[in-house]
Amino acid sequence: MKTRILIAALAFLAAAPAFVTGVVAADGPAGPKLPSGPHPITLDVQAESTHREIVDDVKNMRNYADQPPLIPHAIRDYQIDLNINKCMTCHDRRNTQGSQAPMVSVTHFQDRDGQTLGTVSARRYFCTQCHVPQTDAKPIVGNSFRDFDAVLGTAGREGGK
Amino acid sequence: MAIKTFLLQCWRVFARPSVHFSLGFLTLGGFIAGVVFWGGFNTALEATNKEAFCISCHEMRDNPYEELKQTIHFTNRSGVRASCPDCHVPHEWTDKIARKMQASKEVWGKIFGTIDTREKFLDKRRELAEHEWSRLKANNSLECRNCHSAESMDITKQNPRAANMHETYLFTGQNTCIDCHKGIAHRLPDMHGIDPGWSMKTSAK
Repeated sequence: MKTRILIAALAFLAAAPAFVTGVVAADGPAGPKLPSGPHPITLDVQAESTHREIVDDVKNMRNYADQPPLIPHAIRDYQIDLNINKCMTCHDRRNTQGSQAPMVSVTHFQDRDGQTLGTVSARRYFCTQCHVPQTDAKPIVGNSFRDFDAVLGTAGREGGK
Repeated sequence: MAIKTFLLQCWRVFARPSVHFSLGFLTLGGFIAGVVFWGGFNTALEATNKEAFCISCHEMRDNPYEELKQTIHFTNRSGVRASCPDCHVPHEWTDKIARKMQASKEVWGKIFGTIDTREKFLDKRRELAEHEWSRLKANNSLECRNCHSAESMDITKQNPRAANMHETYLFTGQNTCIDCHKGIAHRLPDMHGIDPGWSMKTSAK
């Protein structure tokens, strides 16, 4: 008898999330937003609106020194393949005077053995593996990251002493 | 000798006054035939100047057209679309006829399958692209300017980067559109040895 009650209770618990989701969905657009996680396959969920790319040409602060800088401009249809690397038509050392774009960092001129090369290393060729543009989307998940200064409590102090 | 007598005979028939047809029939008939011919010619010309005609060949449908579909000249916020002839055929009549005569080479290419596979197309892409670059360079990017005129370009609406480039290179007449905007509607070929329009090498000329 006891076992049966236990099984029934477990089954109810297992069904509870689905029940809650159903209630939320019934509320429609006015209700709280559905999480992007699994929901009943029969449910029509309105697609989230797309977000606008941030293309204001303003450099973003890096959260830590090694962070690949973000791309503050549109990169639609930028071709990066064997034929051409569109990014490098501006950011290549030879083109920065004409384009006034920042040159790719010197860290990109080293192969994996630390040997300095004359041009960008092959392993650094695909810019968008690390460098990405941003949109105005709000983060779905919270983030407790604090940068170096915040951790040491030295924010705002000159030289970080 | 035989050719000479043949030609002479032709000329005699041509020069002899009409025996059976009245002058009115001949002039009016000639006029109407002329109208029909001219109308037909222009209709046929217009028919070959449509996107549907361009992509009726698999070479164009599977290669450049597929690539165009992803670009801003095909789908964008305002819904204006540039189709093949908007960029690749001059809009003025004489220039258009000249381009069409040039394009007879493309009929040859179609018949003999110059680019009838993806591989052949990719191998020839640099050459084909160079033809278009030099054509647009020679006519000062006329087909771009049919829609994008420098006069109506409000650079305060552009982001500073674009505004600066246009001020430095376009408005001074130093460069034309195609010098910087290559590969905006199709994928680029192997670009080794081709400097961008703003590189110091091309600007110094």
